[in-house]
Amino acid sequence: MSTKYSVTIDGKTVEAGPKQTILDVCKTAGVDIMTLCYLEGVSNVGACRLCLVEVEGTQKLLPACTTTVAPNQKIQTNTDKLKQYRKMTLELFFSERNHICSVCVANNNCQLQNLAREAGVDHIRFPYIFPEAHTDASHKEFMMDHNRCILCTRCVRVCDEVEGAHTWDVMGRGYQSRIISDFDQPWGDSSTCTSCGKCVEVCPVGALWPKDAMLGHLKKSPEMVTELVHKRKHRS
Amino acid sequence: MNITELNQIAETVRQKKSEFKKCVYVCTGAGCISSGSLETLDAMKKAVKESGHEKDADIRPAGCMGPCVQGPLVKIIPEDKMYQKVVPENVKTILDKSLLADEVISSLLLFSEKGEGGFSKAADNPYYRKQNKIVLENCGSINPESIEDYISIGGYSALYKVLTSMSSEDVISEIKESGIRGRGGAGYPTAMKWKFVHDHASAEKYVICNGDEGDPGAFMDRSVLEGDPHRVIEGLAIAGYAMGAKQGYLYVRAEYPLAIKRFDTAIKQARKLGLLGEKIFETDFSFNVDIRVGAGAFVCGEETALMASIEGKRGVPSPRPPYPAESGLWGKPTAINNVETLANIAPIIQRGGKWFSAIGSRKSTGTKVFALTGTVNHTGLIEVPMGMTMREIIFDIGGGIPGGKKFKAAQTGGPSGGCIPEQYLDTPVDYDSLTGLGSIMGSGGLIVMDETSCMVDVARFFMEFCMDESCGKCVPCRVGTKHMYDFLTRICEGEAAMSDLEQLKQLAPFVRDTSLCGLGVTAPNPLLSTLRYFHDEYIAHITQKRCPAGVCKMTSGVGHVH
Amino acid sequence: MSKKKVATIWLAGCSGCHMSLLDIDERIFDVAKLADIVKSPVVDTKEFPDCDIALIEGAIASEEHLEDIKHIRAHTKILVSMGDCAVTGNVSALRNMIPLNDVLLRAYVEAPSNVDGKIPEAGKGVSRLLPRVMPLHEAVKIDFFIPGCPPSADLLFYCLFELLNDRIPVVEKFKLG
Repeated sequence: MSTKYSVTIDGKTVEAGPKQTILDVCKTAGVDIMTLCYLEGVSNVGACRLCLVEVEGTQKLLPACTTTVAPNQKIQTNTDKLKQYRKMTLELFFSERNHICSVCVANNNCQLQNLAREAGVDHIRFPYIFPEAHTDASHKEFMMDHNRCILCTRCVRVCDEVEGAHTWDVMGRGYQSRIISDFDQPWGDSSTCTSCGKCVEVCPVGALWPKDAMLGHLKKSPEMVTELVHKRKHRS
Repeated sequence: MNITELNQIAETVRQKKSEFKKCVYVCTGAGCISSGSLETLDAMKKAVKESGHEKDADIRPAGCMGPCVQGPLVKIIPEDKMYQKVVPENVKTILDKSLLADEVISSLLLFSEKGEGGFSKAADNPYYRKQNKIVLENCGSINPESIEDYISIGGYSALYKVLTSMSSEDVISEIKESGIRGRGGAGYPTAMKWKFVHDHASAEKYVICNGDEGDPGAFMDRSVLEGDPHRVIEGLAIAGYAMGAKQGYLYVRAEYPLAIKRFDTAIKQARKLGLLGEKIFETDFSFNVDIRVGAGAFVCGEETALMASIEGKRGVPSPRPPYPAESGLWGKPTAINNVETLANIAPIIQRGGKWFSAIGSRKSTGTKVFALTGTVNHTGLIEVPMGMTMREIIFDIGGGIPGGKKFKAAQTGGPSGGCIPEQYLDTPVDYDSLTGLGSIMGSGGLIVMDETSCMVDVARFFMEFCMDESCGKCVPCRVGTKHMYDFLTRICEGEAAMSDLEQLKQLAPFVRDTSLCGLGVTAPNPLLSTLRYFHDEYIAHITQKRCPAGVCKMTSGVGHVH
Repeated sequence: MSKKKVATIWLAGCSGCHMSLLDIDERIFDVAKLADIVKSPVVDTKEFPDCDIALIEGAIASEEHLEDIKHIRAHTKILVSMGDCAVTGNVSALRNMIPLNDVLLRAYVEAPSNVDGKIPEAGKGVSRLLPRVMPLHEAVKIDFFIPGCPPSADLLFYCLFELLNDRIPVVEKFKLG
């Protein structure tokens, strides 16, 4: 099907195709949508709730990354309510684990930090939970610091879907969920990890990082995975 | 299997039953088994055999009879005597007086110890009189492990009727006429769900029975699966026919071993008789049912998480849309119906949608099964027409509040529901009125609380449940429930400030509006509804450091200050 | 127009924010035109006087800090959380994941530099530590937040200068790391 139809985003009429997600349409139309767990090239899970939008006719807020557009849909991406909710969502991320920016390798190269700045988060209204979280330094090249993990599962998805190793997964429930390698073994003991480093590149925060990275000097390139997936798709 | 053979089986059972003067049903639901009903059943069989009255009294196991706390329960037919707490020592007396003679043993009558034992016919007891059993009509009066018993009371004839005289559209319109809405909690019209799946063209479709009952204190589905498993299989098969699915699944939690066993037995029996499998009733319709056992995660009752679990993945929900009707199990159109919904299907087909829609209220037709628990005289499983008032349920059927205490609130819908205070006791219980009161119908948990319950503590209890059962996928539910629980704990401990309450009031609608699945969306409900009706209790905890109900122990320490 | 009374206070922090504040260098003259510094680690007064603006460095780690901040709040018009320790708890709050007694044992007894070390008795010369270090806004109402570890001298000057001129600073455009 190649039929195109129009949808309205923040009052602006834009063209969209069937099976396109709201996020895709927004990107094409140049409407900026905040995302965090989303990564082009891996599956969408709609977990971080930052890309929620309002769609006329439904009371539910819908994640732009997993919701496909429908003809004549009226979408709002930046209402006061959405702005306030995005801010609260980001605050919850910060309050959950132990994010000490000043001692983090990703400081100033951190997607969570950037989004917080963008959303105008200047302090966290909710009490910090301060859970006991650990670091895993068993891998020869990389570190995993659960204090900084936001459970976006980008590492899980890229390892499973792009590298095909499925070293990472999630264990536990609720706020006690955490990322594990293999059957909750130290990362260095993993028999599936190929040390490809894709998980490190896509991690939006300072949870996964190469051991040679210096404080505040970590630069990540999640787009390399996007490019890789794109190239694989168009290889002939 | 054809209709002649089906009728033959039914006739044989009926013939055999009519040879007995009396029939004794011993409840073998999980509740009665745990109070020793299997021993009672054995003793009863033995006594009859040893006294040479095997031909006079038929001793049979049966499913749940309702008032589980009073178990082991024994029912004597045709007099309809209901005896409670029957232990092997009582067996001889029962044999002598109520089987060989027609005497009533008043000390064993249901609720006799509560001074309410004057009903020698169970049906006269207000506990039963006000009930209307459709879903539970066979529970307690057939042997759940015998397909012949089920066939003898008309079982599988609805399936026969559907397969031989109705098109799939006919079935859906019959269901539509009945007005039945999903019994799992949300109350979505069943016919509409079926129609969506029916209309999606796909060679492969699935129908799933959701038996992942997880609300604290709720055991409606368990009792149906244990007491009348064939009814659910028949419902699944009819659903499969209506939508064009060849495969059905029962998703049931591992904590229900007896339900799993009985359902498994039922599947095997149905396959053996050709009521499941290829070319059922010599038609082109083939259908099979398999059981998938969940590991006991509350979130797996959510349909997308449930399907992930069946697929062998971690049981976490996915955003909807796409809805399962479009892309469900293994990406195929899938209908997920609750146990109780499916148990209603065969009677709707047999007696007609019109008959069903005349029961209950206009927008909530039929009956609803409730697990009545808490501080109420008659706890147990009940089935009432929709629209009955909460007062009738609690005070007439439930026998009121024990110990002369004062009623405070009724909690419906478990961790997804809310509390209904005294001033709304006369509200008819149906989907829309309960939603209007800030609660939900839910799957049927009904917890009665008296004046000794602290409503802040109640809100904290349910919040802790949601916090523990959150799957952790989306941040509002994962972290929001934890924060709300922490705030509630501080309030209960007398360490909270008014600013904490303000934060709680901000968090609750946020978690409701932004969570990925129903678990998070409804997790704030117990909090919101207690805030709505019992706000002063929150204030007392915070400003006076006092728990009006005397439940919370106040500690002092450095908490939050401003 | 009379000059505004400004205080800068050092609670549980490393004094890095105050160092950064001193790095405003000659811009101190611009501040001095508009403000009197009435209380500060570099001003020798014992009492906390009524003031218009108070910049607080550091988190709240002890009972003394808690008393101080409540007193300061009561006597200040605009209370500012200065730097990450005040805003988030930061490094000062790193001990929150560990039981307090283990922290004290480590510092006063187990550390190799201690000889016959013992945990000092609270109330006798040292204040009792709170079980949990908290950012300022968990204890009192805060009017303005300046994140950063430390916030740069430019940011601090900008914020202070704006506040002295009765304007609301806009922090977002600064690099905060």
